[in-house]
Amino acid sequence: MKLKFILLAACCFGLFLNSKLNTAGLNVGDKASDFSLKNVDGNMVSLSDYDDAKGYIVIFTCNTCPYAIAYEDRIIELHEKYASQGYPVIAINPNDSNAKPDDSFESMKERAKDKDFPFPYVMDESQEVAKTYGASRTPHVYLLDKSLTVKYIGAIDNNYKDASSADEKYVEEAIAALENGEKIETDFTKAVGCTIKWKEI
Amino acid sequence: MKIQLLAIVFVMFSLSATFGQTVEVIKYPQLKEMMDTDKSSDIVIYNFWATWCAPCIKEMPYFEKMNSHDNVKVKFISFDDSGKLNERVIPFIKKKDIQSEVYLLDETDFNKIIDQIDPRWSGAIPATIIMNHKTNEKLFFEQEFREGELEKVVLNQI
Repeated sequence: MKLKFILLAACCFGLFLNSKLNTAGLNVGDKASDFSLKNVDGNMVSLSDYDDAKGYIVIFTCNTCPYAIAYEDRIIELHEKYASQGYPVIAINPNDSNAKPDDSFESMKERAKDKDFPFPYVMDESQEVAKTYGASRTPHVYLLDKSLTVKYIGAIDNNYKDASSADEKYVEEAIAALENGEKIETDFTKAVGCTIKWKEI
Repeated sequence: MKIQLLAIVFVMFSLSATFGQTVEVIKYPQLKEMMDTDKSSDIVIYNFWATWCAPCIKEMPYFEKMNSHDNVKVKFISFDDSGKLNERVIPFIKKKDIQSEVYLLDETDFNKIIDQIDPRWSGAIPATIIMNHKTNEKLFFEQEFREGELEKVVLNQI
């Protein structure tokens, strides 16, 4: 009897551990949560602010990572191409500015001004959004549909060095499939990026 | 005659300079072959880094220290742009007097490679793989090691 109980307890514990593991971040098909984060213009930004959106291109990025910088112009192009079609870019900087002073809110403002970002560039001060989404690096893209269901996670395309040599444009292909009501062929990719600078606990 | 001598001295000098630390530029198939076949030490540590990655640079001395253990070998695999090899990577290695082997992985389409290097890897650096050729274990870490942490892991494997 006692043994059975111990076994049962062990099983429950195992399940608990398992469910813990599974909740570490979003997978394709999961429902993402909305957020309210401060934009470089001082206003708070939420996904629910976009009345006409058909989806959202949420990108964890920053000022300092060479890969993020290499993709900056492509992030601007994505917004310019897709915002009018109902898929705006929302750029989130999750880095701890104590670890990376050049990722501070002030530096974000400067960067947004210098590059004339046409999309909100918000700070994830508590890093809660990056943690809930399961972002690990910059840049890291989450494409959501209108209902906030995750449709694609990963890189923007398959060549960080040279946009014109990229022959798989993952985000664009995912949006095209979404628009046509087709299955997204590649809904998850990996890319080299800079580790998100988490706060020291 | 004098000029010839000077020339010889110059050539020898530049040779000795290049015989110092070098960085070999490799593609993924070469990295894979190396990871599959280099069993010259029981423990071979592959650290994935770049000169612009601050946490990577911070943990480098801890990796360098591991070479002093018998049967442990460290290899640094740089993700720097191959165009920056002479301008950044080699000067950095010389300045820091890095003793471990250093390679530069010259690839761009990482989605095809990351899972093959290790499916546990999301792609963020620093990342480290510790191959234990005695137990055939492959340990993976997507994190920055703090002082003492790496040594603990490695000593556990020896």
